[in-house]
Amino acid sequence: MASILKVKNLVTKFHTVDGVVNAVNDVSFLLEDGETLAIVGESGSGKSVSMMSIMGLLPMPPAKVEGGQALFNSKDGPVDLIQLPYEAMSDIRGGQIGFVFQDPGTSLNPILTIGKQISETLIRHLGISGREAKDKTVSLLAEVGIPDPTLRFDAFPFQLSGGMRQRVMIAIAVACAPRIVIADEPTTALDVTIQAQIVNLFKELRVKMGVSTIWITHDLGLVAGLADRVLVMYAGQILESAQVDELYENPKHPYTIGLLGALPRLDTQESKRLVSIDGTPPDSTILIHHCPFAWRCAHAFERCWNEKPALTTVGEKHTVACFYAMEEGR
Amino acid sequence: MRAQPLLRVNDLKKHFYIPTGLFGQETIEVKAVDGVSFDLNAGETLGLVGESGCGKSTTGRTVLKLYRPTSGNVFFDEKDITSIPGEELNKLRTRIQMVFQDPYASLNPRHTVKTIVSEPLVIHGLMKGAELDERVKELMELVGLNPSYMKRFPHEFSGGQRQRIMIARALSVNPDFVVCDEPISALDVSIQAQVVNLLQNLQERLGVAYLFIAHDLSMVKHISHRIAVMYLGKIVELAGRHEIFDNPLHPYTQSLTSAVPIPSPKMERKRQRIILKGEPPSPANPPKGCVFHPRCPIARDICKTEVPQIAEVQPGHFAACHFAGTPIQDT
Ligand SMILES: Nc1ncnc2c1ncn2[C@@H]1O[C@H](COP(=O)(O)OP(=O)(O)OP(=O)(O)O)[C@@H](O)[C@H]1O
Ligand SMILES: Nc1ncnc2c1ncn2[C@@H]1O[C@H](COP(=O)(O)OP(=O)(O)OP(=O)(O)O)[C@@H](O)[C@H]1O
Ligand code: SF4
Ligand SMILES: [Mg+2]
Ligand SMILES: [Mg+2]
Repeated sequence: MASILKVKNLVTKFHTVDGVVNAVNDVSFLLEDGETLAIVGESGSGKSVSMMSIMGLLPMPPAKVEGGQALFNSKDGPVDLIQLPYEAMSDIRGGQIGFVFQDPGTSLNPILTIGKQISETLIRHLGISGREAKDKTVSLLAEVGIPDPTLRFDAFPFQLSGGMRQRVMIAIAVACAPRIVIADEPTTALDVTIQAQIVNLFKELRVKMGVSTIWITHDLGLVAGLADRVLVMYAGQILESAQVDELYENPKHPYTIGLLGALPRLDTQESKRLVSIDGTPPDSTILIHHCPFAWRCAHAFERCWNEKPALTTVGEKHTVACFYAMEEGR
Repeated sequence: MRAQPLLRVNDLKKHFYIPTGLFGQETIEVKAVDGVSFDLNAGETLGLVGESGCGKSTTGRTVLKLYRPTSGNVFFDEKDITSIPGEELNKLRTRIQMVFQDPYASLNPRHTVKTIVSEPLVIHGLMKGAELDERVKELMELVGLNPSYMKRFPHEFSGGQRQRIMIARALSVNPDFVVCDEPISALDVSIQAQVVNLLQNLQERLGVAYLFIAHDLSMVKHISHRIAVMYLGKIVELAGRHEIFDNPLHPYTQSLTSAVPIPSPKMERKRQRIILKGEPPSPANPPKGCVFHPRCPIARDICKTEVPQIAEVQPGHFAACHFAGTPIQDT
C-alpha cells in the first residue's frame, strides 16, 4: 500500500518560563492510503502536539518544531508540511487535510452561523459561488446527520448540543473531500450513545470518500472497533505500533500490556482485580536518555537505564521499543 | 430473614427552580431527580450510570442531604434523614461521606495533606494531637501514600494521588457509606485501575458501601454488585451487574450496553450496535408519557401518553417500560 503521509524524526519542544517541555521526542510513522490509524496514549503523552506540529497549528513561540519531516502526498506531488510556508499550509489545511478537534465549543466561531462557517470553507478552498456553497453546505449537514439542515444553516453554535456541534466540525473537516482527516479525541466529551453515532458516521464517510484517517484517543476500547493500525505513545515517543488485532492479542511493550490489563473486561464473567501500573508518567521537562517507561516497568534491567530503545520490528507490521521485548522475541 | 438495607431511597425528587425573564419573575422547573427509589446493603456497591445531565450527581447529593429534597425519603439505618433534627443528622454525617469527581478542584490548595485528610475528624471533634497524627499516618498508608508526604500541598501530587487523598479523607471517620461521584473520570487509564483497586480493597477490609456514580459502563460493571441506569431524572432499570449486561430489559439499557466499546477487535467486529437516534431532551421540558419515547426504537402510542412505572419484571430485576424485554431489531 502506498503511504499518504510519512512523518520522520519529529521533535517539538515548548520553551516556557518553567523550563523546556519535551513534548514530542523523535516520532516517526506512516499513514497508508485509505487506512484508519489510531494514536493512543495518556494525557500529556504528546498526541495532540505531534499532530498540531504537522499541521502548523502550534503557537510559536513558545512551541518550536526542532526537527523532522512530514512528507504529504498532496494533489500536486509530495511536500514537506513542516517546511511549507504559511500560505501554502493554510491552503492544505481544511482543503486536502481536515481536522476535527476534541472540543467543538472552542473551535467553532461563536458569532458566525454554522452554515456560514461551512460555506466559507467551501468558497475558499473550492472557489465555488456563494449560491453553490449554500446548497452544498445543506447537503453536507444532511450527510453528517443534522436534522432539518435548511433550518440549521442559520443556527449559531451555542444553539446546538455537543453532539451536533461535533457533527458540524466533521462536516467542515470533510467539506472539501480531503485526503486525510485528523480527528483529535472527537468523542471524548460526548456520551456513549452519541459517541456511537459519531463513530458510525466516520465509518460511513470513510467508505463513501475513501479518506485516510488519524484518530487520536486514550480509549483503547474505542480503538478496537475503529482502527486498522495503532500507535501507542508515551512521554512524547512511540513505544509500539501494530495492526489492531495483533496489538490486542499479542502486545509486546510492558506499557501496552499494562494498559490493556488496566481495562475492565466486559467479555468475562469472573471479576479479577485490574492490573494497575504503579507510578505516573515522567515529568516532561526532563530530557530522558533511557527508556521513558523504566521507572514504572517491572522488567527494567540495566540496559533500560543506559540506552534509549529504538522501534524494532518484531513481527509483520509490528514494531516495539523495548529491550526486554526484543530479547524475548529472539 | 433478610437484613434491613443500610440505605433506602424512596421516591426521591429534586427539582431546581431557575429564575428567567428580565427581572427573574418567572421560573423554569428542572426536574433533575424525579422519583428515584433504590436500596443499598451494607458492604455493597451500587453503580449509577446514565448520560450527562440525567441527574446522577444530584441524586448523590440529595441522598447525602447536601441538597434539600423536593419530596421523598432517604432512610439510613432506618432513620429518615430527610426529617431528623440537625443534631442527629450531624452525628450521622460521620457515617456518610463523599468523594468528588475532580481531585484538582476539590482540594484546598493552601492546606497540607494532613489538614485535608484530618478535617472531618477535626470538624466532628473526634480526635486531636498525637492521636490525630497517628490516624492520618494510618490513613495515608491505607490508601497507598507515603506518610512522609503529610506536610505537602495538593499541587505536589498527581491526579491519582490527589484522588487517594480525597479517599483517605472520606474514610477518616470510618463511614459505612461513601458516595463516589465519578471518582476516576478525570484520571488516566493506568491510574484509574489504581484507584478502583483501592476502593475494592477497602470495601473488603472495612465493609464500606458505595454509591458509585460514573458514565464508564465497563468500569461500573467491574466495581458494582448491582447497577441502576438513569435517564432524565428517573431510574429506568436496576439489576445485578451481569444481568444488566446479559439481559437488559429496557430499550435504553439495551442501546447503552451495546454502545460500550469492548477492547477486543474480534468482538467489536461481531457485535450488533443499537444506535439511538437523537439526543436526550432537556429535564426542564421532559416529554410526556415515557421520557425515553422520542428516542425509543420500540415505542408505540401508549408510550406517548402513559408514564411507565418501575416494576420488578424478574426477581431482583426492575425496569420502567411498557414493553420491557422486547428485543430491538438491529438498526
Ligand atoms: N502551549 C503549551 N505550552 C507548554 N507546554 C505545552 C503546551 N501545549 C502542550 N504542552 C505540553 O506538551 C506535552 C504534550 O501535550 P499534548 O497536548 O500533545 O498531550 P496529549 O497526548 O494530547 O494529551 P491529552 O490526552 O491530555 O490531550 C505535555 O507535557 C503538555 O503539558
Ligand atoms: N444546582 C443546580 N441548579 C440548577 N440546575 C441544576 C443544578 N444542579 C444540576 N442541575 C441540572 O439538573 C440536571 C441534572 O444534573 P446532574 O449534575 O445531576 O447530572 P449528572 O447525571 O451528574 O451529569 P454529568 O454526567 O454531566 O455529571 C441537569 O439538567 C443540570 O443542569
Ligand atoms: S415505555 Fe415505551 S417509549 Fe418507553 S422505553 Fe419502553 S417502549 Fe420505549
Ligand atoms: Mg490532546
Ligand atoms: Mg455528575
